[in-house]
Amino acid sequence: MKIIVCIKEVPDTAIGLKIRDDSHEIETENIPWIMNPYDEYAIEEAQRLKEKFGGDIAAITVGNERVETVLRSCIALGADRAIRIKDDSLKKKDSLITSKILAEVIRNIEYDVILCGKESVDYGYAQTGQMIAEFLQIPCVSAIKKLEVSPSTKDAMCHREIEGGLEVVKCSLPAVFTAQKGLNVPRYASLSGIMKAKKMKIEILEIDTLGFNPSDLKPKIRVTNLSYPPKRQEGRIIEGTLPDTAKELVRNLKEARVI
Amino acid sequence: MSNKEIWVIAEYENEGIKKSTWETISAARKLANHFGTKSAAVILGNGIKGIVEELSKELDLIYFIEHPLLAKYDSNTYVKCLHQLIKDKNPVIIIASATFRGKDYIPRLSARLNCGFISDCVGFEIKEGIFLKRYVYGGRLMATLKFEESKPWIITIRPRCFEYKRSGNVKGEVLHIKPALEQQDIMVTIQESLKETGKRPDLSESNVIVSGGRGMKGAANFKLLEELSDVLGGAVGASRAVVDAGWLPHSFQIGQTGRVVSPTLYIACGISGAPQHLAGMSTSKCIVAINKDPNAPIFKIADYGIVDDLFKVVPVLIEEIKRAKT
Ligand SMILES: Cc1cc2nc3c(=O)[nH]c(=O)nc-3n(C[C@H](O)[C@H](O)[C@H](O)COP(=O)(O)OP(=O)(O)OC[C@H]3O[C@@H](n4cnc5c(N)ncnc54)[C@H](O)[C@@H]3O)c2cc1C
Ligand SMILES: Nc1ncnc2c1ncn2[C@@H]1O[C@H](COP(=O)(O)O)[C@@H](O)[C@H]1O
Repeated sequence: MKIIVCIKEVPDTAIGLKIRDDSHEIETENIPWIMNPYDEYAIEEAQRLKEKFGGDIAAITVGNERVETVLRSCIALGADRAIRIKDDSLKKKDSLITSKILAEVIRNIEYDVILCGKESVDYGYAQTGQMIAEFLQIPCVSAIKKLEVSPSTKDAMCHREIEGGLEVVKCSLPAVFTAQKGLNVPRYASLSGIMKAKKMKIEILEIDTLGFNPSDLKPKIRVTNLSYPPKRQEGRIIEGTLPDTAKELVRNLKEARVI
Repeated sequence: MSNKEIWVIAEYENEGIKKSTWETISAARKLANHFGTKSAAVILGNGIKGIVEELSKELDLIYFIEHPLLAKYDSNTYVKCLHQLIKDKNPVIIIASATFRGKDYIPRLSARLNCGFISDCVGFEIKEGIFLKRYVYGGRLMATLKFEESKPWIITIRPRCFEYKRSGNVKGEVLHIKPALEQQDIMVTIQESLKETGKRPDLSESNVIVSGGRGMKGAANFKLLEELSDVLGGAVGASRAVVDAGWLPHSFQIGQTGRVVSPTLYIACGISGAPQHLAGMSTSKCIVAINKDPNAPIFKIADYGIVDDLFKVVPVLIEEIKRAKT
């Protein structure tokens, strides 16, 4: 089975982020970078498919040199190829451009299954996987929590999340799947994996060689400003003991017309 | 802008049009008023006359794309039909809800149209153009975005971020569209829908959410929160600690890696208020925190707090609410 995983590197949002002076981007110096958490589910699922059916995994990312750290961790987690599409501009690409580039590269690789994260936790667009599928004219099932692939019939059964439940869906392969939390529990890299990752060569591709017109890669949306969200007013602690506190709370909620 | 239309793509379930769709309609109206254009809705399906009628009481113009193959949702068939209609009618802005479904097919539609798409917006400002607001970096920052010139523009909006009022007294015109669809157009077939059975509303549409954290101490204790949510007609949610402990399935998780909600009333019981949890609920209109630790960060954002043992507070609260309601 030929498996492709699209991986993105994101700032660790567990730490405080600072907005740059021009208020268009965050300060990216000296902050921790991690693999997009949803992509961890994607690479884990790829490993499981490879263990079950054999084959190989190619991990692909569009990014600058820094992202090679994340690509190496994919090798440590079982990727047989690691491809970086060189994007040294610090400009943010919208999902439409990123997915055009990824689809163009994937087109020239053999694939049965393409795995992406459900969304990237930096900009949270949640678009790239679906768009790759459109450019390749193949099915996409988004936000999956279960994947059962059947190579003999060349199809897949998935559970995807919907409001208030799950849907069981079926599609033919090749297809794109975007990973939701709950799909699996990612493992840690093995020591041998880490050793392999140190040695393996990362393949580097130039966007210029992909045959795009400049207009194809012109962003259609633009961030004009970043700000800290409005702070909520600190409310009040209702002092006292039960049942007075509960009474007072209900009175307040009624007054505020929320119950 | 010319007199071209602003569209909403309607979503519905057995009971009728979804609340989140009414919210997109109110967003579309605001934009249409400002630009002096018309707003219209598109609805896709088969044998949904009653639902289309419901929609036509609110809007002047409805495009009803009807076909037996649209009886079940599939992203590719939706995109095929919408793409054709958009090419024919040239709307300037297309708005859908950022529901699971909206998130599934709208990216594909925007790729087929090769047009700008801003997802999961929570608001907008109209100045010299439209400036859309959305949360980024796990809810820690707010970004303002703008479309570059090419049209149409596609926007999805997060449920419960726009107010809506139904008038119900319009007599809208319904234009029937018969798309050319074939069986092969269906790329993903729905085999089965496993809805969590129960009378409680879904998290993203519920007015009230009662949410429990590690302080609940075990799965069985969630009965207490179910009872509280039932007297308020609400839904039950949870922190990640609860989901990780296996007390509730992941679909209950609220926060950065769970559901993002914005109910009128959010009651957090035994939740400390980690930033990743706040990312999923801090836009709630009114937040109540019940926690025995006076220094829990959740109190920093709560409108009302009670510092006490939740197992003592919640039963009394249930009784007080019952009394207040009679
Ligand atoms: C990448 C990443 C993503 C994450 N995503 C999410 C997410 O989406 N959602 C999420 O919730 N978390 C998320 N987390 C985890 C988050 O950081 C916290 O660990 C989690 O929210 C803590 O859950 P809690 O408040 O229930 O538990 P705790 O922090 O342990 O808090 C329990 C609280 O209960 C109180 N308590 C205990 N007993 C009682 C009692 N009898 N009566 C009253 N109060 C009592 C305690 O005082 C305490 O404040 C994420 C973390 C990471 C790193
Ligand atoms: N620059 C990128 N390189 C590789 N994969 C990406 C990139 N950006 C997004 N993806 C993939 O698309 C998913 C969704 O991203 P997004 O549409 O940005 O929310 C991510 O989880 C990745 O799997």
